[in-house]
Amino acid sequence: MNNSQLKMKIVLNNREEIITSKNITITELLKLKNYTFKMLVIKLNDTLVKKEDYQHTLVNEGDKIDILHLISGG
Amino acid sequence: MYRNKLKNKTVGIAGCGGLGSNCAVALARVGIGKLIIADFDIIVESNLNRQYFFFEQIGSKKTEALKENIAKINPTVVVEAHDKKLTSKEIIEIYRNCDVIVEAFDLAEMKQMIIETVLSEYPNKPIITGIGIAGWGKNNSLKTRNIGNLYICGDEQREVSEANPPLAPRVGIVANMQANMVLEILLNNHE
Repeated sequence: MNNSQLKMKIVLNNREEIITSKNITITELLKLKNYTFKMLVIKLNDTLVKKEDYQHTLVNEGDKIDILHLISGG
Repeated sequence: MYRNKLKNKTVGIAGCGGLGSNCAVALARVGIGKLIIADFDIIVESNLNRQYFFFEQIGSKKTEALKENIAKINPTVVVEAHDKKLTSKEIIEIYRNCDVIVEAFDLAEMKQMIIETVLSEYPNKPIITGIGIAGWGKNNSLKTRNIGNLYICGDEQREVSEANPPLAPRVGIVANMQANMVLEILLNNHE
């Protein structure tokens, strides 16, 4: 397999990013981008992805992902 | 006239602590038609460093005390108060007819729960969350951004801790940023 097949472009929090992998799950993406926090809200192409679906939701070439990290205080 | 527009609007406020009590009071002053408030807590002395309550209200239910305080400021505002810890199901029920929802909970897991609930059940309803209010100073780190109908006010960084307690100035700024965002949505005809 050549390199171009192992890359994809996504938009993460309004920034274009090259991910050196294809068809990864949200859980894998979070690991790759070093998101260690538990409390997140994630939208994939403007649709909410619930916590319990991170493991089996795939991120594909061109996808737009927004990740909000929640912290306590109010 | 902004008053005519606002008097027909309903805003849901989830939580009556630092963010919720101050945001509710700001919206009451400008003449919002109806507020639907919810909280399960009772006022303790340590709340008074930031929450819109009075010394004599220590021991009272936050929802009842806030309703009283709003009535003293602007008795034309209709306040529907729910004295309970909201579940996802109750959020769907009580905020069904709101034009905008303000997330004003304390804990991160409650914030996540209401945001996920509103985004999945009411994807067209704006929800305004307050994230990162702790400590003091750093005025310019407080900002607003949006991801579709989800609006985020705060610095998104400083979590409450012993070194970074929640205090009136910063909590009040973010609560008023949330109220200001409510007005922008309701008066600039996002609908």
